[in-house]
Amino acid sequence: MKKFISGNEAVVEGALIAGCTFYAGYPITPSSEIASHLSVRLPQIGGKFIQMEDEIGSLAACIGASLCGHKVMTATSGPGLSLMLENVGMAIMAEVPCVIVDVQRGGPSTGLATKVGQGDMQQVRWGSHGGYPIIAMTPSTIEEVVKFTIEAFNLAEIYRVPVFVMTDKVIAQLREDVDLDSLQNYPITNRKIAGSSEEFLPYRAETVTDVPAMSPFGGPHLVRASSTTHDQHGRPTSDPEKIAFKNERLFRKIQDNSDSICQYQSDLMPEAEALVVSFGISARSSLQAVAEARAAGKKVNFLKLLTFWPFPDKAVQDAARGVKKVIVPELNWGQAAVEVERVLGSQIDVIRINKTNGLIIQPEEILEKL
Amino acid sequence: MSIFTYINEAKLPTFWCSGCGHGVIIKALAQAFDELELPTDKIVIVTGIGCFGRSDDYFMTNALHTLHGRAIAYATGVKIGNPDLTVVALMGDGDASSIGGNHLIHAARRNIGILALCANNRNYGMTGGQYSPTTKQGDKSATSRYGLPEPEFDLAALVKAAGGSFVARSTVFHYHNLVKYLKKGISRSGFSFVEVMEPCPPMYGKFNELGSAPEMIQKIREEVIPLSRWKPDSDRKPIGILCDVDKTSYTDAYDEVIRKAGGKDGN
Repeated sequence: MKKFISGNEAVVEGALIAGCTFYAGYPITPSSEIASHLSVRLPQIGGKFIQMEDEIGSLAACIGASLCGHKVMTATSGPGLSLMLENVGMAIMAEVPCVIVDVQRGGPSTGLATKVGQGDMQQVRWGSHGGYPIIAMTPSTIEEVVKFTIEAFNLAEIYRVPVFVMTDKVIAQLREDVDLDSLQNYPITNRKIAGSSEEFLPYRAETVTDVPAMSPFGGPHLVRASSTTHDQHGRPTSDPEKIAFKNERLFRKIQDNSDSICQYQSDLMPEAEALVVSFGISARSSLQAVAEARAAGKKVNFLKLLTFWPFPDKAVQDAARGVKKVIVPELNWGQAAVEVERVLGSQIDVIRINKTNGLIIQPEEILEKL
Repeated sequence: MSIFTYINEAKLPTFWCSGCGHGVIIKALAQAFDELELPTDKIVIVTGIGCFGRSDDYFMTNALHTLHGRAIAYATGVKIGNPDLTVVALMGDGDASSIGGNHLIHAARRNIGILALCANNRNYGMTGGQYSPTTKQGDKSATSRYGLPEPEFDLAALVKAAGGSFVARSTVFHYHNLVKYLKKGISRSGFSFVEVMEPCPPMYGKFNELGSAPEMIQKIREEVIPLSRWKPDSDRKPIGILCDVDKTSYTDAYDEVIRKAGGKDGN
């Protein structure tokens, strides 16, 4: 049976299907319904909900609970995301699975609490210090919000990393029919758990792409997790070889698996002259513009990014082959466009459509560039 | 069993400076674990950043070494994630009460069942002896060479006011009392806070010409007075158990939420 649900409700449904049993968050528009719903739903299944004193504490509590074996999530918007960033680095270094939903609003700073934006895309990539890869999903339909929230949990568990689900104010409140019954069977992946009889090292890795098996606090092994650069025992190290191994592994466990992580929808046609690349709410406007352009006889490719990070370089190259121009509509000053320009070099004209007035891009604004 | 069930002997001696109180405090904590006969795999030591933030490295228990000021926030997640665990947050004074002050007061208010231990040496030792919220007014530090214009925080009073169910203060000189308070703090179901006054000879001691470690410890003894003899107009800090009330812990209260929601026990 289909249910008519909002984007924020879809996050909740996706999280529960994925097996989320712990949520810690702090109220912020336009994400707050996620917390409200989970405060009701989680205790119904014996799960835990807590409203922490701030967003720093929220992600910290998530990390603590994840290390006890819970699948954990928090949700926020730009100002809260800024506070969470030190713990994004912590989750990267300590290798703790967690899902962070960023319901984007207009920025910078307090910005536009009740209006839409897509201005956090580069912040989630680069926001915490020190340098690391990140995974961020950008669903644009309500069904995709459910699916990619589940995918975010799966990827967090597989790679022991924080994973972002990037929505926005409009998707959060937009309602569509979703067949939740069929999504109950969506494939779920759980973290690799070390066998109880084997000798356990919390960061055991043979190669630079390995993801160490976990063991929960209170389980059969003594566990150490650390924000300090550490060896395979989780103890601080100043050995350049061990430091290099750890840091290269943090990078390559994601980078070397980019192809299997990246998801997108590519709608290409022969002899296309233009390409539209978009994501999230702007992909919905783009889809309409492309359909109208094609109806008028224009040959246009369309690429919808469902994984924004790692950026799907190859998908962009393939979709841009032979076209004369690439149009990138987004609700910021070109955060996807800089990536498209990086991938394509200077051979193809990249046309930016940027809007930061708190409104979504209309299909006509894209159509007139096609 | 002995304290070396809990302390990693291979890591000794500690990296802390001669005369530092941190080693005494981790010994007292290990002794408390030992006397309570706690299994090592049911203890999670959570640390922040600073000299005392390195404490976890000396323990043969579970450990979560985290960010500056956030130990209590992670510890909250661990305790909710598995209420059967003994969760201990080890923090210095800057870690616990300056950058981490917000987490401290809310953990106390919420009555989450962890032990928060603050090693109070009145300054940031690791970064070179800057003043902290517990530096004495008028005292010198790397960042108060003319004498500190700010008054100090009374951490035990703060946590008591914020709602902590067990609050005690001791010093590294009053070792046996310290062990007793740590045991009580661990045994309570709600939020426990133990503040330990200790010397930092190479930083705070140097800036304020307080002498050697024994001389600094003697001065700390003179700064405190047992609670039974303490009066509100006293210029000495009370030591002892300042608060010990039986209140429902957060995780017990949340079990009631789960029951009302019709869920099964989530532990």
